[in-house]
Amino acid sequence: MLDRTLIGHCLTPHSVEVEKGRLRFFAKATGQLDPVYLNEAAARQAGYRNIPAPPTFLFCLENDSPDPWELQRLLGLDLGRLLHGEQSFVYHRIACAGDVLTFEPRLSDIYSRRDGALEFFVRETRVTDAMGEHIADLRCVGVQQHDGRPV
Amino acid sequence: MSRGADSPGPQPLRLAPIDRTMLALYAGASSDHNPVHIDSDFARRAGLPDVFAHGMLSMAYLGRFLTDWIPQSRIRRFSVRFVSRVELGAALLCSGEILDINEHDGERLARVEVRVTGEAGELKVIGEACVALAPVAGTRLR
Repeated sequence: MLDRTLIGHCLTPHSVEVEKGRLRFFAKATGQLDPVYLNEAAARQAGYRNIPAPPTFLFCLENDSPDPWELQRLLGLDLGRLLHGEQSFVYHRIACAGDVLTFEPRLSDIYSRRDGALEFFVRETRVTDAMGEHIADLRCVGVQQHDGRPV
Repeated sequence: MSRGADSPGPQPLRLAPIDRTMLALYAGASSDHNPVHIDSDFARRAGLPDVFAHGMLSMAYLGRFLTDWIPQSRIRRFSVRFVSRVELGAALLCSGEILDINEHDGERLARVEVRVTGEAGELKVIGEACVALAPVAGTRLR
């Protein structure tokens, strides 16, 4: 059973630059051909300061923590029986290539379903830029399965 | 509140079938290196038939589906629930429609249901995006 006393625990914050090359790699990996997401000139023409980070890309930068398995280790999660249950983004400002973003994740909840066969944990992350402007809020719900075959 | 029928919604987006190369590329681009998505040996040891797609790859496709329709600067919120695993070979379809339109803080905000389904129409991901329909002069885009 996941340790409920960890609810409210703040994970180590980290800062990371939104890199152009990484955005192009993400575009390739997601089949994105829209020049706004590939080309600086096209992005500027569309009104962005630089190539924008696509809607779900902040989740990828969140993975760029120097210790990406911190939460898994803290909760003692089994990766082979871990599912991503839900994900949400609330956007305040668009992040663009060149921005340096700070991620402040916090374990905000743990609860169980099906008599404890499934346990859910919620990570909420505030994202700000180097000026302290609020960029977005991320919410990730993970699911740990405890018995039987993975579903 | 008005119904969405008078505003054109997003157009369905059909994706190429999921293969191992796509999962390897997505793992690299996303920094999600969970071996259950890229290492068949690990997946089998965990009792799974094989690797399966990152949920966030499906959500990234939904992001494309939205930004093919409206500029990203108009997306206010975007949330999904991952309903079932996306297996190798799955030919995914992104679709969705406007549920309703409301005025909020001087913006016309559309609530859009978004879905990822497999070839037989089985639900993989369901969610909701909130997008501003009217351009907002000078804000949000910096």
